Amino acid sequence: MVENRPILDFLTHAVLIIGIAFIAFPLYLAFVASTHEQTAFTSGVIPVLPGNQLIENYTIMLGTGISTSGAPPLSLMLRNSLIMALSIAFGKIIISILSAYAIVYFRFPFRMAAFWIIFITLMLPVEVRIIPTFKVVADLGMLNSYAGLSIPLIASATATFLFRQFFLTVPEELMEAARVDGAGPLRFFRDILLPLSRTNIAALFVILFIYGWNQYVWPLLITTKVEYYTVVMGIKRMAAVSDAEPQWHLVMAAVVLAALPPVLVVVFMQRLFIKGLTETEK
Amino acid sequence: MAAIGLSNVSKSYPGGTMAVDGVSLLVADGEFIVLVGPSGCGKSTLLRMVAGLETVTGGEIRIGDRLVNKVEPADRDIAMVFQNYALYPHMSVRQNMAYGLKNRGTDKTEIARRVTEASGILQISEYLDRKPRQLSGGQRQRVAMGRAIVRDPKAFLFDEPLSNLDAKLRVEMRGEIRLLQRRLGTTAIYVTHDQLEAMTLADRLVVLNKGKIEQIGTPIEVYGKPQSVFVASFIGSPAMNLINASVAGNELRLGEMTLPLGERVIPQGPVTLGFRAEDAKPAISGANLRLKAAYVEELGSGKLLHSFVDGQRVVVWLAPDTQAQEIFTFSIDPSKMHFFDHSSGKRLT
Repeated sequence: MVENRPILDFLTHAVLIIGIAFIAFPLYLAFVASTHEQTAFTSGVIPVLPGNQLIENYTIMLGTGISTSGAPPLSLMLRNSLIMALSIAFGKIIISILSAYAIVYFRFPFRMAAFWIIFITLMLPVEVRIIPTFKVVADLGMLNSYAGLSIPLIASATATFLFRQFFLTVPEELMEAARVDGAGPLRFFRDILLPLSRTNIAALFVILFIYGWNQYVWPLLITTKVEYYTVVMGIKRMAAVSDAEPQWHLVMAAVVLAALPPVLVVVFMQRLFIKGLTETEK
Repeated sequence: MAAIGLSNVSKSYPGGTMAVDGVSLLVADGEFIVLVGPSGCGKSTLLRMVAGLETVTGGEIRIGDRLVNKVEPADRDIAMVFQNYALYPHMSVRQNMAYGLKNRGTDKTEIARRVTEASGILQISEYLDRKPRQLSGGQRQRVAMGRAIVRDPKAFLFDEPLSNLDAKLRVEMRGEIRLLQRRLGTTAIYVTHDQLEAMTLADRLVVLNKGKIEQIGTPIEVYGKPQSVFVASFIGSPAMNLINASVAGNELRLGEMTLPLGERVIPQGPVTLGFRAEDAKPAISGANLRLKAAYVEELGSGKLLHSFVDGQRVVVWLAPDTQAQEIFTFSIDPSKMHFFDHSSGKRLT
């Protein structure tokens, strides 16, 4: 690992570059495609160099959308996606940090049973329980609403488990010192535990935001009104048009715009994200 | 400041283990009490019961005149210093010290005044805005003490506060804790497994074994007149020599040797003889303890001769200029001998 051998340097770089190219090239193609006119695709070959329709295409997508495919303007869908992703991310963090706090710091009957039940739900992602969940949400009258989009996805065994593992590493003496210092359970949570979990919360936020943003099947199922469409499902609608050529230049512009927010979240929270996954401030 | 009274305090865990078994103790106002014993003897559990961090399963604990068995730690008006300091890592030194006062709704200017005063006493004024991780072990220790003294509590509880420090710093902080407690005159209970720490700090020390009190007394009393074999072997370094012997007439039989007992009157039959390493004096005439050197430890200020009598280890102190030889001869003043019951281990006279 520490040896300096040119041939190894070359190999490691080659592997990295090939890896990056695999991931980056499709993104690059999507971006290039979004800067051309529709006619550029009729030949069946996707151009490799950027065109000159960048501003026009993006203005159409953000402003009016592709009315023919029944998709609203992208700005509306981006907003819906944002509301959904943020609600899911914050909801999941709040619920799971509180349940982890209860499980780790309080002694109550069936505490371990509660933990295992939460843990078992790891095996039941949305797709598995989608029909009963739909029934419940429909009966509660939450179809076509932000609540219906986000609440059923909020319960999170993964986040609860991660917070539990983190709380277990916090020295017990810290809690005892706080008790002697006159901090009750809620004050200890707010003054000591929350600030210590800061980096973990940030790391989870990144993961959960992307999870929420990428939801596809659930929004597709419960939204029938255009004003609640999210961007990920919207793209699908744009691409699947009947009796016409898909307007690939516009679809690609939508793809690029849809991919942007998660990237921004990762870029801006990167420092905290890595810290939260690798080190604990103790 | 207040006296602390424990009467018949017990702690049993589900499953029947008794961590603390019927401990009664009265800590006078302003007294420095050290609880000492090997690990697992219940000393920390006892301290944590006084703090309110462990429930009391039997007996009564009083701080001042108040029965505190069911009182929350925060309402007992005690301050605790933990082994690993338990400083809040995300708060500055100032916030760490102020947290307890803030939670009690103390006025802001009053908090500032007290923190300034306490940090002055402990010489940590210049670190007030640092985070605990930017401090060395000794400085963290001071902050932990600062957090205790700003509250001006009725009692300090120390749970092995020095065991994470290196040897030199430990001696230094030991002195400071003593000075500080004298100066503030606050009642203190201090837990340690280090008998030297216990001896140097305590007004009175309490030797615990298996959840029970073996002996309570001033360091000199406990050192000079241990009430049981356990105390004799635990207090003092090197540990007291304990050898199986038997009394016949006014002589003591020790293997093939006989030692005169002089005026001492000891019940006839088997006993356990105890004597300190420094109480065996080298002698030529009248020497009756002959020890074959197994090996000699050099201490600088003296030497320790290790030997075996009937397969039992005996350690004797030698002056630094003692010449090496194969057989050393000693005599022991009968008044410096300790006798313990052969089976119960209790002191005989």
